Amino acid sequence: MNELRRRFQPEQIRELVLIGLILALVLFFSTQIENYLHPRTFTRISTSVAVVAIVAVGQTLVILTRNIDLSVGSIVGFTAYVTGTILAANNDLHPSLVIGMAVAMGAAMGALNGVLVAYGRVPAIIVTLGTLAIYRTLLVEFSGAKSVLTSELPRWLVNLPPTNAFRIGAIDIRLLFLIALVVVIVFQFIVTYMAWGRRLYAIGSNPEAARVAGFPAQRIVFTAFLLSGALAGLAGFVFLARFGNITVVAGQGIELKSVAAAVVGGVNINGGIGSPFGAFLGALLIDVIDNSLIRWLAISEFWRDALLGLMILLAVATDTIVMNRLRKAWVRHELQTSTSGFSVEQGGARHAT
Amino acid sequence: MRHRAAFLQRWEGLLVVLLAVTVVYNALNAPGYMTLGNWINLFQLSIEKIIVALIMTFIIINAEIDLSVASVMGLSACTAGFLYANGTPMEWAVVAALLVGVAAGLFNSFWIGVVGLPSLVVTLSGLIGYRGLAYVLLEDRSIGGFPQWFNRLGQQPLLGPFPLALIIFFVLLVFAIIILQYSGFGRYVYVIGNNREVARYSGVHVRRTKMILFVTSSTIAALAGILYAARLGAVRGDMAMGFELDIITMVLLGGVSIFGGSGSMWGVLLSVLIILNLRNGMGLANLSGHVQTGVIGVLLILSVLVPNVAGTIQAALKRYRAQRMETGSA
Repeated sequence: MNELRRRFQPEQIRELVLIGLILALVLFFSTQIENYLHPRTFTRISTSVAVVAIVAVGQTLVILTRNIDLSVGSIVGFTAYVTGTILAANNDLHPSLVIGMAVAMGAAMGALNGVLVAYGRVPAIIVTLGTLAIYRTLLVEFSGAKSVLTSELPRWLVNLPPTNAFRIGAIDIRLLFLIALVVVIVFQFIVTYMAWGRRLYAIGSNPEAARVAGFPAQRIVFTAFLLSGALAGLAGFVFLARFGNITVVAGQGIELKSVAAAVVGGVNINGGIGSPFGAFLGALLIDVIDNSLIRWLAISEFWRDALLGLMILLAVATDTIVMNRLRKAWVRHELQTSTSGFSVEQGGARHAT
Repeated sequence: MRHRAAFLQRWEGLLVVLLAVTVVYNALNAPGYMTLGNWINLFQLSIEKIIVALIMTFIIINAEIDLSVASVMGLSACTAGFLYANGTPMEWAVVAALLVGVAAGLFNSFWIGVVGLPSLVVTLSGLIGYRGLAYVLLEDRSIGGFPQWFNRLGQQPLLGPFPLALIIFFVLLVFAIIILQYSGFGRYVYVIGNNREVARYSGVHVRRTKMILFVTSSTIAALAGILYAARLGAVRGDMAMGFELDIITMVLLGGVSIFGGSGSMWGVLLSVLIILNLRNGMGLANLSGHVQTGVIGVLLILSVLVPNVAGTIQAALKRYRAQRMETGSA
């Protein structure tokens, strides 16, 4: 037990539970749906999870700082549409330029959110509720009620979704899924090992203390929003590649899905707890359920959202009840093992009071 | 404390000016604008949202949020439609739909009040889940053909020129103003919103107050959903989708702080009038619905940004003057 405590933190146990839950669900559905354990199922789920997973990573960065970004759905739609329109007019643009453009567009919109929240001191929920409407309005105005059509897009983009990055056995790892995986790994690394990433946690757990400790809190929150926007822009590109036909309502509702993925993945809505990898697992779990319910004949696929709502609630309830106990147990244990070492300091502290 | 009161007055003052400008603009540009019929029509077009905004004001002042209201509206309307389509008399279908609202409210307040989860997450899951239940009931069908009396309640004037929904709104408005601004319960709502811990230690029933608010919120949302169904004459799974954002915008634009503890029903009433008239004016100026939503989004951000920036500039000026005084005296 002690060995176990030393090896794992409560957050990691939570991630293991999520992985176990996903595996259990896959096993369950494989007994219910014919041909479920086919490589095609993996391909289907992995391509459809890519967009939400990328957005959920950005959402996690923002939620870690005790903020929220409700504008990401509009940013995804805006970048997908505008990139698609530009690409339709100039079919020979270089792919890297196209991706760079989508990311830059998203980053600019994220930066506006960040300036208003960090420097204008307007609560994030108000700013992003406002920009959710504003960015969508800009898109509708820009579009003039037209849509992007797959037939106008260059071949490389249309062929992108079925393109394989590599194969493991019979399982295809699609390029779009690989992009999402790279995003998750890079940001998991950043929040675990880099000073900027650790400061996100510090600000989210106690903004006042982080400020007193001299962290450039405003700049960090600004950057979190900027990155959330940039990732939403990247997701907009993936969205464009995946669907091809883009209307002005593209991406609507992704803001809620990304928050749901983060929360199911163990990101605490009050900041300071959670990780991009957890959010990715959350997105995956939601997508496995979504994709499997459509094929499961026992109940109607319309149960999807009702179940999703219940799932978010249960995830948060277990997080609050079980995780708090676990964390307390860990802290207690650490105190016990370190009492002898720190008794002098404790005595000193008592003396001082 | 006095500082905050002064700021609030200033914001409400700004709202009055804005309202006056839009009303004058509309009156000059549209003949027949200042008629009772037009004003009733203005209200009628978003009456369901306005009704829910009343209870949302309580909840946000209480430092909570209810994102599930629009889904509860959809669920209650779909429940009524589903039961009616399956042979239940409309009267009982309406009662059942209201009970669904009460049940949703009890469910929300169990997780918020008893388990102690943040309302943002609970009602986010409600936003998705209740909408999901509405889809479970109606799938992708649409149900209409309600009895004459039901449609008439939604579409025809009931008392003089006033339709039922408008009468309900005015009655609820009077109650809301009395309860929030002039009753003990209203003071509790503010106290809890200002500082939950202090309220608890002062013997305020924090949980009970929150639970009452969330049950009331879903019940009123269910009522609004039924009124919406009566006005449209048909129900669908995606009814009232996205209304929560409009409703919250109405409340926040009225100067209610998202952190709770401040704001008033008067401010929200002003902001409702402004949004209605602004949309009407923009419609007269040939701006599309999407542009109107965008403008209201800008207004929402400015409503907090402008006082903040003004405060920062004032503080900077004060520092600058103090510095000059110091160097001058030295």
